[in-house]
Amino acid sequence: MGTEILLQVNNVKKYFPITKGLLFVKTIGQVKAVDDISFTIGESETLALVGESGCGKTTTARLILLLEQPTHGEILLDGKDIYALQGDDYRRYRDRVQAVFQDPWSSLNPRIQVRDIVAEPIIVNHKLSRQEIRDRVEKILVDVGLDPVHADRFPHEFSGGQRQRIAVGSALISNPQLIVLDEPVSALDVSIRAQIMNLLRDVQKQYHVSYLLIVHDLATARYMAHKIAVMYLGKIVEYAKTEELFNNPVHPYTKALFSAALPSHPDIQREEIILHGEVPSPIDPPTGCPFHPRCPMKIGTVCEKEIQTLRCKDNTEHWVSCGLYAEGRPEPETGRQQ
Amino acid sequence: MSNEPTLRKNTTQRANGNVILDVKDLRTYLFTKKAVVKAVDGVSFFLRKGETFGIVGESGSGKSTTALSLLRMEPKPAGRIVGGEIWFYGENILDKNEKEMRKIRGSRISMILQDPQTSLNPVFTIGNQVSEAFTVQEGRKNNQGTLLQRVIDLLRKVNIAAPERRFSDYPHQMSGGMKQRVVGAISISCAPDIVIADEPTSALDLTIQAQYLRLLREIQQTTGISIIFITHDFGIVAKMCDRVAIMYAGKIVEHGPVRAIFNHPLHPYTHALISSVPRMEARVERLFSIPGQLPAPGEMPAGCRFAPRCMYADDRCHKEYPPTFGGLSEHTEHTTDCWRLEDPTWEPKSYSR
Ligand SMILES: Nc1ncnc2c1ncn2[C@@H]1O[C@H](COP(=O)(O)OP(=O)(O)OP(=O)(O)O)[C@@H](O)[C@H]1O
Ligand SMILES: Nc1ncnc2c1ncn2[C@@H]1O[C@H](COP(=O)(O)OP(=O)(O)OP(=O)(O)O)[C@@H](O)[C@H]1O
Ligand code: SF4
Ligand SMILES: [Mg+2]
Ligand SMILES: [Mg+2]
Repeated sequence: MGTEILLQVNNVKKYFPITKGLLFVKTIGQVKAVDDISFTIGESETLALVGESGCGKTTTARLILLLEQPTHGEILLDGKDIYALQGDDYRRYRDRVQAVFQDPWSSLNPRIQVRDIVAEPIIVNHKLSRQEIRDRVEKILVDVGLDPVHADRFPHEFSGGQRQRIAVGSALISNPQLIVLDEPVSALDVSIRAQIMNLLRDVQKQYHVSYLLIVHDLATARYMAHKIAVMYLGKIVEYAKTEELFNNPVHPYTKALFSAALPSHPDIQREEIILHGEVPSPIDPPTGCPFHPRCPMKIGTVCEKEIQTLRCKDNTEHWVSCGLYAEGRPEPETGRQQ
Repeated sequence: MSNEPTLRKNTTQRANGNVILDVKDLRTYLFTKKAVVKAVDGVSFFLRKGETFGIVGESGSGKSTTALSLLRMEPKPAGRIVGGEIWFYGENILDKNEKEMRKIRGSRISMILQDPQTSLNPVFTIGNQVSEAFTVQEGRKNNQGTLLQRVIDLLRKVNIAAPERRFSDYPHQMSGGMKQRVVGAISISCAPDIVIADEPTSALDLTIQAQYLRLLREIQQTTGISIIFITHDFGIVAKMCDRVAIMYAGKIVEHGPVRAIFNHPLHPYTHALISSVPRMEARVERLFSIPGQLPAPGEMPAGCRFAPRCMYADDRCHKEYPPTFGGLSEHTEHTTDCWRLEDPTWEPKSYSR
């Protein structure tokens, strides 16, 4: 799985300026929405970004979709810097990287027939005949579990789950290498979510497509993703293969997040790590480890002052950014601390 | 159709001890231009003192309409309670007039809504709104000094740090989690018997949700209030509830102690739904996925509402709504509305996971 690297994100930062004044605009500060993150996505691989509201997940997605310019760092697709793409390469990027968003009600144009919504990515750039387009659309509709007979209908004639199928179909039609999925099931009813999750897994195999999956639900991440990056205040604090992360979470924030997740059975009693306070503002993030003001395990200056970077834990593919794992420190006992 | 559960194995008798709310065959219909939406269509359940009762269901299943009906706040002008009884400490809420209802709302049964934005008034300070809650219920007999102190104590009780300072904040100066705690404070300000919480945490982040759920539990332990928790999330049910009712298209299809439902779900819908939710604690090979979609309001199937999606449906299921079978899985209080339970040994097939 994921032997060939498809997407590489290297030390990317995205700072949004905070401005003041109408006539004489002055920058008075910066929102550090994404602050020096690095990860890779392999071919046919799913990477999940998990973390709470405002930690920078959507900004990361928008950077990959060329909707934002990074303040620093580079993003490579097949080894090529995506911000340096020109002409045909730039246009082809739009075929190769597609997206599906959370809300199937607002993301589909209500005045356009489903046939044309699905066909949109191949209408502009591809020199295909009308018949070819028609055939492609009908095949895709079948692949995403819709009846091609309904291709002439409008989005409002479909339920939420069906609309999300339409969105997946449209994202697939240009044979992309990567699809960014921003909370693709969280707006759907519980009995519909499994349909869409299974569909996404099935078309991934069929089309050999990679996913960047943004979710806040950890159970969904475990079901869908091969690798997971846990974000907090614009940084990746822990990054590992899915099963490794769930079996052996090491970052205190990851542990707190896991302990806060709802159990799937009333007999599951988890150690409750209740964090106090709320996530600080990304405008003036804490020094040192961004989590230190709320961390139940912090150890003085290492956590409060020193900037932590992702470090590979005992030569596994398990990365963590935490003062407890700082250079030169003996590695703490893993397993549940406290 | 009779209202009493049909017997399956044991005698169904529910221990009447401490039942403070007893809802029988409640029907709330919405008379819209297009159709009559039977949002709540013959719902029965009860609530004991000090317990947490969950109502879980997908969107449009009628959870909020049920909750609002308990307070006689069914959506106007379309909504009307057309049948049933709601017994609260021996009196039928449906017999009360508006003046008597105003006394019950807020002071004996209060409600926390999903979106704290809509429950807090943006133009008044937090302190203002919490003290207003006290004065509405108790009249203006309080002297200002003790009132202020009580408001501050209450805000502290719901974990608002530095309440003396937060007191004069406006809602927009607070985070979502903080606002929801203020709403929680208002809802318990009058020491009610019942708090109805309609998806109070679905807009909150995980760690903030965990703080809030713990707070609700602590309040319950110290005050002994009963909570009706409305949610679409089985995780909330597993964590918070003693008993649970599963709603589908205006009906309670299954009802029972939480462990009985999780260990031994008998309604095909409950069973399939629990099998279709991914788990955080274990790797799941393949989720079961329920085919089809929820019935549109106003286009209810004639028989069992779940029949068009049910793998066990037969002809009768499509034509006739099933009776309520009780005394299931050794729990006298476990009931299910499904024809298959006529056969006392029937169980849904387990899905490979
Ligand atoms: N265009 C912008 N200008 C200024 N600040 C922004 C902008 N876009 C995002 N931000 C800020 O950057 C931070 C990260 O936002 P982002 O939308 O990436 O978070 P997220 O992880 O997707 O959150 P959610 O789970 O709520 O969707 C937030 O503090 C947000 O307010
Ligand atoms: N004011 C109204 N006018 C007309 N129909 C309504 C009104 N309010 C609710 N309904 C309909 O009544 C049915 C039950 O709605 P209700 O809000 O009780 O469901 P719910 O279970 O709370 O759903 P959700 O999980 O989405 O909150 C739905 O079909 C809904 O469309
Ligand atoms: S009554 Fe029939 S259709 Fe309804 S759940 Fe039971 S088997 Fe399925
Ligand atoms: Mg986002
Ligand atoms: Mg509701």
